[in-house]
Amino acid sequence: MSTIGSQLPPPRRLLPWKGLERRLRDVGISGRTLVIAAPAIWLTVFFLIPLGVVFAISLATKQFGRPPYSPLLTTEGGTVQLTLHLSNYVKLITDPLYVAAYLSSIRIALISTVITLIIGFPMAYAIARAPEKWRNVLLMLVILPFWTSFLLRVYALTGFMRGNGVINQFLGLFGIEPLVMMQTDFAVYVGIVYSYLPFMILPLYTTLVKLDTSLLEASADLGSRPWQTFLSIPLPLSIPGIVAGSMLVFIPAIGEFVIPSLLGGPETLMIGRVLWDEFFSATNWPRAAAVAVAMLVVVVIPIVLLQKAQDAVVEKGK
Amino acid sequence: MAKKPQLAFETRPWRDPSAKPFVRIRNVTKKFGDVLAVSDVSLDIYKSELFCLLGGSGSGKSTLLRMLAGFETPTSGIIEIDGQDMTAVPPYNRPVNMMFQSYALFPHMNVEQNIAYGLKRDNMPAGEIKDRVAELLTLVKLQDYGRRKPNQLSGGQRQRVALARSLAKRPKLLLLDEPLGALDKKLREETQFELVKIQESLGVTFIVVTHDQEEAMTLATRIGVMNQGEIAMIGEPTDIYEYPNSRFVAGFIGSVNMVEGIVTEDEPDHVRIRSAELGADIYVGHGVDCAPDQILWWAIRPEKMHLSREKPEGEQGANVTRGVVEDIAYLGDMSLYQVVLESGKRIRVSQTNSVRGNPHAITWDEPVYVSWAPDAGSVLTV
Amino acid sequence: MRRGWFLPIVATLGFAFLYLPVISLVVFSFNENKLVTVWTGFSTKWYSELFRDPQILGAAWLSLQIAFCVATIALVLGTLCAVALVRFKKFRGRTVFAGTVSAPLVMPDVITGVSMLLLFVAMESLIGWPSGRGVLTIIIAHATFCTAYVAVVVQSRLSDFDLSLEEAAMDLGATPARVFFDITLPIIAPALVSGWLLAFTLSLDDLVIASFVSGPGSSTLPMVIFSKIRLGVSPDVNALATIIIGVVALGVVLATVAQMRGRRQNAKRA
Repeated sequence: MSTIGSQLPPPRRLLPWKGLERRLRDVGISGRTLVIAAPAIWLTVFFLIPLGVVFAISLATKQFGRPPYSPLLTTEGGTVQLTLHLSNYVKLITDPLYVAAYLSSIRIALISTVITLIIGFPMAYAIARAPEKWRNVLLMLVILPFWTSFLLRVYALTGFMRGNGVINQFLGLFGIEPLVMMQTDFAVYVGIVYSYLPFMILPLYTTLVKLDTSLLEASADLGSRPWQTFLSIPLPLSIPGIVAGSMLVFIPAIGEFVIPSLLGGPETLMIGRVLWDEFFSATNWPRAAAVAVAMLVVVVIPIVLLQKAQDAVVEKGK
Repeated sequence: MAKKPQLAFETRPWRDPSAKPFVRIRNVTKKFGDVLAVSDVSLDIYKSELFCLLGGSGSGKSTLLRMLAGFETPTSGIIEIDGQDMTAVPPYNRPVNMMFQSYALFPHMNVEQNIAYGLKRDNMPAGEIKDRVAELLTLVKLQDYGRRKPNQLSGGQRQRVALARSLAKRPKLLLLDEPLGALDKKLREETQFELVKIQESLGVTFIVVTHDQEEAMTLATRIGVMNQGEIAMIGEPTDIYEYPNSRFVAGFIGSVNMVEGIVTEDEPDHVRIRSAELGADIYVGHGVDCAPDQILWWAIRPEKMHLSREKPEGEQGANVTRGVVEDIAYLGDMSLYQVVLESGKRIRVSQTNSVRGNPHAITWDEPVYVSWAPDAGSVLTV
Repeated sequence: MRRGWFLPIVATLGFAFLYLPVISLVVFSFNENKLVTVWTGFSTKWYSELFRDPQILGAAWLSLQIAFCVATIALVLGTLCAVALVRFKKFRGRTVFAGTVSAPLVMPDVITGVSMLLLFVAMESLIGWPSGRGVLTIIIAHATFCTAYVAVVVQSRLSDFDLSLEEAAMDLGATPARVFFDITLPIIAPALVSGWLLAFTLSLDDLVIASFVSGPGSSTLPMVIFSKIRLGVSPDVNALATIIIGVVALGVVLATVAQMRGRRQNAKRA
């Protein structure tokens, strides 16, 4: 019955891109290289190099003209001269404004992260322990704000917290004096917590949902009170989720601009705002670049920590 | 009716030294980093055989199969299929098809599209594809299921689609990775027979990887037992079972009683082995390649031993020993006796229950004599 | 397992916190009064004013177009990144590549904005391209940071992917490229759609980066909204917000329902 000959299957009809594939392979570029190279080139040009440019510009000074900074390389009579100014960095260190702004940003981001954790953890825990069919709905409710505009949500908060906003009107019903909430550090905390809560809940949920309820039952069976059980089992096991969630809030919060500018007051110093003002109001690009470099340094440490934590989770999961 | 092609199980080409093998595996080794998965394996497989690679996990059988399919390249060695060197040929250029353990049916295509996929890659005209798909659906008895998607099929049905898909391109060689592993016992037995029938009617060479010895014994024309990356033994099922070449093979297939002994007489026509474990001498009725005073092992299957209350004659003052019945497992068709010998060694003897409700059957705690024929066991030097 | 009262109460309070401001936003978009938070009566006048405002409408259309381009570019780049990271176990510079792909996820957007603008300015003075900043620079900047998000989504799906399906396809005669388009892509399609939508949303919503890299005449919707709300509360923004929130909510609900139904179908396997 079989009409099997003893040759290889018939040669495939060459489709247009096959010819290209063959020619590329002749040059030594495989499909694999292209897959890596294409995004790599894009990201190098548009992500890595810009960071290098920022560093370079931070070593210039403000100058009138387009672009508004001093050129680093100048050619004069046949020689190439490299002019670097460290003045921006000096200013960063010596001027109390900048130091205060960095410290204040870290402080605000830290406090906000802790608050977000305190609110987010029970929520994530509640969702993880909810009956199966409710979980998807609850998760959807958590994710929905994330998909709506960040800007608009912060705006919603302004309406809520203003002098004649919803909260104060509500308090007014009980004859309570209106609280000043806007233009304060407090408002910024609320803003950050409000905006970043989904980023805390989701990683926590992912970790907590993998928790084996039989562990909790075993612990209760052995005589442990609920809060004791909580401290000894879910809390330690959810540390990867806590770390991930905290980093996802803390790192972007340091460099936040929208929230402090809409909700914070003139004394609310955050470094993102400082950078913006330096760039747009003062048109001091080199100074802004220096601020950015310093911010990067501050931010890189938590980023590396996050990467290590994520790798640890992947390793454990193997 | 056309003459049925001569099949391997009838012609037994491996016994013919001048027969040309269809698949030649020569000194193939595969290393993953420092791990040696397959170690210097050489194997010949003949056309229209149903060859089984049998082994436990880590034996290297799946790796060897994947090298035949082209998903792994040997670290060293050559693989020839039908006379052509296929060692480095990618899987999409080989006249080989594989049926995966998990079936690997494309979830976004229906049954017909799954089966047709390979044919489309060969640029077969649409009309021919349609006919061929219908032919295959009939072969696996799924004629009305063409439009269904894999998630609408039962496990057994998915397996048949996977088989049909792998046969669609009329491969010279079909590789099957634990094809019956996911099926329940009853379905497995039915499918085993169907598989053999299909193979015989098509005459395609099958190489099946399995860890289930019963499956290998049922399906195979020949079995290759693998252990830790090496071939332990190749042979027909009878050879593997009755004439194992090593302790590993003897212990791997079926159950066996294994005792250690020392050679007391080594003659061209017989060998005498004294075994303290067994509490008796073993008289083997043929010559064995060994030396006097050599320590070796002797293996005998439970069904080859005989229990009796009276002392039997034995052979040359050997092949009889004494013990007490410790436990009996009644399996309906036969009973498995666990007998404790004087040395403390436990051996198993199985007896068919040929007399219905035998009132004189040997029972617990009875002292018994165990005896066997001179050629009933295997002498194993490795 | 006894379910206490603590968790449900906390969860309810938490959700209330998340949703009350938005709900009040929506409610007051129908407020007759210009003073957004003092209710005087029901009115849809802010909606009609919204639709007569050319600035907002123009910015909205521009943002939608930009988001569409960005999402498509980011989808391609992000998928390539994901394939490279999941399928190619070892290649030179893998760690650097992985880091670069995931860095935009956590990098504060002011830094991304400043760096891209400085790049464009430097490039313009060096090679003359891009000439001036506008839609193109916004698209490039957005695509760069959105790629990271798409990569995460696709990577997560790809790492779960059953490789034996690809092997089966190769065994049946498909070359690796063919396998990708015939088998891999169709099966990971839902993740690709998620990634595209994610990139679309992020681009549509971005304020900071767009502010840095846009040029005259290329104001995006967030930029217009921001300048409006800086000056105080403005009811037509409430109306706009309500519309956006409504569309998004509808989309998310539909997507969740579709996902749940898909899961139920898969669970029907024998």
